Amino acid sequence: MNPEQGWHTGRMRVLVAMSGGVDSSVAAALLVEQGHDVVGATLKLWGGYSDSGCCSVADVDDARRVAQQLGIDHHVFNLTEEFDAHVVTPYVEAHAQGRTPNPCIECNRTIKFDRLLERSDRLGFDRLATGHHARVTGAGSFRLRRGADADKDQSYVLSMLGQSELGRVVFPVGEMTKADVRAHAVRLGLRTAAKPDSQDVCFIGSVEGRQGFLADKVAFHPGSVTNSSGETVGTVDAVELVTVGQRRGMGHGSDGARRYVVAVDVPSRRVTVGSAAEALTSSVVLPGATLTWVDRPLNPGDRAVAQVSAHGRPAPCVVARAGDGLSVQFDLPQRPVAPGQTVALYDVADPDAVVGAGIAA
Amino acid sequence: MSACPTTYLDHGATTPLRTEVALAMAQARSEPLGNPTGSHRPAQRARRLLEESRDEIAAHLGREPGEIIFTSGGTESANLAVFGSLGAPEQRGQARTVLSSAVEHPAVRESCRAAAMHDQDVAWRELPVDANGVVDLGALAQQVDGATALVAVMLANNETGVVQPLARVIETVREHADGARVFTDAVQATSFLDLAACTAGADLVALSAHKVGGPVGIGVLAVRPPTAIVARQYGGGQERERRSGTPDVVGAVGLATALRLASAERSEAGRRVGALRDRLAEGLLRSVPGAHRTVSPEATTLAGHLHLCLRSVEREELLLALSERGVCVSGGSSCASGALEPSYVLAAMGVPGPLARGAVRFTLGHDTTDADVDRALAIVPAVIAALRHEP
Repeated sequence: MNPEQGWHTGRMRVLVAMSGGVDSSVAAALLVEQGHDVVGATLKLWGGYSDSGCCSVADVDDARRVAQQLGIDHHVFNLTEEFDAHVVTPYVEAHAQGRTPNPCIECNRTIKFDRLLERSDRLGFDRLATGHHARVTGAGSFRLRRGADADKDQSYVLSMLGQSELGRVVFPVGEMTKADVRAHAVRLGLRTAAKPDSQDVCFIGSVEGRQGFLADKVAFHPGSVTNSSGETVGTVDAVELVTVGQRRGMGHGSDGARRYVVAVDVPSRRVTVGSAAEALTSSVVLPGATLTWVDRPLNPGDRAVAQVSAHGRPAPCVVARAGDGLSVQFDLPQRPVAPGQTVALYDVADPDAVVGAGIAA
Repeated sequence: MSACPTTYLDHGATTPLRTEVALAMAQARSEPLGNPTGSHRPAQRARRLLEESRDEIAAHLGREPGEIIFTSGGTESANLAVFGSLGAPEQRGQARTVLSSAVEHPAVRESCRAAAMHDQDVAWRELPVDANGVVDLGALAQQVDGATALVAVMLANNETGVVQPLARVIETVREHADGARVFTDAVQATSFLDLAACTAGADLVALSAHKVGGPVGIGVLAVRPPTAIVARQYGGGQERERRSGTPDVVGAVGLATALRLASAERSEAGRRVGALRDRLAEGLLRSVPGAHRTVSPEATTLAGHLHLCLRSVEREELLLALSERGVCVSGGSSCASGALEPSYVLAAMGVPGPLARGAVRFTLGHDTTDADVDRALAIVPAVIAALRHEP
């Protein structure tokens, strides 16, 4: 936790969002051990069926039981309407347009660090805590940094946060490795100690998958697959489900090498494939309306380090002006960035610190 | 969790166990109690306590002892009433309809839904209610006919406390459908209404001990002949083969004692609690801008119920903030996870969604005092003002 945030100077009232997983369980435990006045809340986000979801009854039971073991109050907040309106519906609509958004980022943006944070303020909490592996440093001007455990770092999914949010949140497990988190949970006898990490999108069942979830919500259209010389080399059943960079289902070229999706054109129902080299990209455009900055904006010509997926490899880059937004120009060619994907930008001089984020056009 | 005085205004959820009930239950346990189906003296003693309790409960309901089936509570009673009556042999294989008011407790509503889902001969329809949540008798008259097997209308609603015109419901059913059974869930009404009078013509009546100062885990389904009940659980054939399983003798003593107290105190308690409720209502409506009384004061409600809808307030936030200040109220029904669900009761009454999000139920009971109301009036308006936000 951030000593400069005024954190250790006194007892605070903290609302901790408890998903029923081990990270948020330990986050709550650490806050209690530090003597803060802690209340746990679990969000019910998804009203439909899901077997893997963060909102299943079993997960709420786990969170509640941990809160009981810690001796704190626990509440369940039903935010299903908001989640449906701000996360699920846009996710479905984006797919219909051939975009691939990250719903966890939209949930953080519109639910956890917006509505829940507002609720926490109204209820008189000094801070909202979550179990994210990330760190907030600085006083007055806050920086968002990668979690101490490089493998579990979640700064990417928080990269849209700004000063107003960072001053009101705390990530108690951000300084810990996942192994430390589990060891702490074992020491306290928390029933979530050995619980597997959540995978995938909470509202999509592991059996039905993305395709199954979208099947009755989006009209799928077959499309033709063409190579870079314009020859038709195959077909796909649903052009809406094809993502740039995808290899699966694209077969091999005449040279016997694997083919990758280079471009997807949903309105004309066309998928373009090419070699691994052809699929690489040298830049991505982030429209102005999607840009957010942690503390100060990057200016055209500034260098940065880009990360284009939750556990993607950081890629050094320089930013250039592109219309009202920015173009991120990679030093080395990268796997293509699908429209809708978030690009997090890190400080080139301080590569653990997030500078800002945007959404690929 | 810091300790602060508790102002318990959630008697509609469960009532504190009354001291006299706890004493009577302890007394029942003070000598050896056998299994009431056995033959030795402790068994005979248990059987005597069970049948004395049954006699007393039957008298309270204005029924014969043989009509009383002990169950584990209101939900089991409702399930047994719906499935048990629809499963009668003479009914099987015939197309039949179940009608229930749109504001029934989930124990009744989900039983009806499941009955229709499991038996293709059963159709279930809900009867509309007016803005106060009172069942539409005209709609009932239109829908009830020779195919109607069961009509379920509660005596008083658990969320709003509104009392249903049960006598007129029964009259309407009898006029149109000779063979239809009337089931009333009297669980929420038990503390404040004279059940013998109010449920006089009903074929099936459910009640539960823990809503009337008794213990959790025991309830009753009263079944008046010729209504037949087919068992839902099988075993030793207890309760005249209508509900197998060793009866909870001590619980039965607790329920009988709780009903005896309720009966003795009813008119005085109704007046006293009603006056406290009215003072709470007036105080809150005066000091909370935009507070809306969900049921018009002209409609009859249980003496302990006050249901309000608050503009620009989230009930989840209100419940949390009041809980931290020791004021215990309810925001409506929860789902399996414990999350509050949008109320189908308020939706059936036509309460707009944004207003229903600020729904809060205060339920006063036998142990509510003037000091409780004073404390609620001192705390609730300030908490609401702090939580209010622009929609």
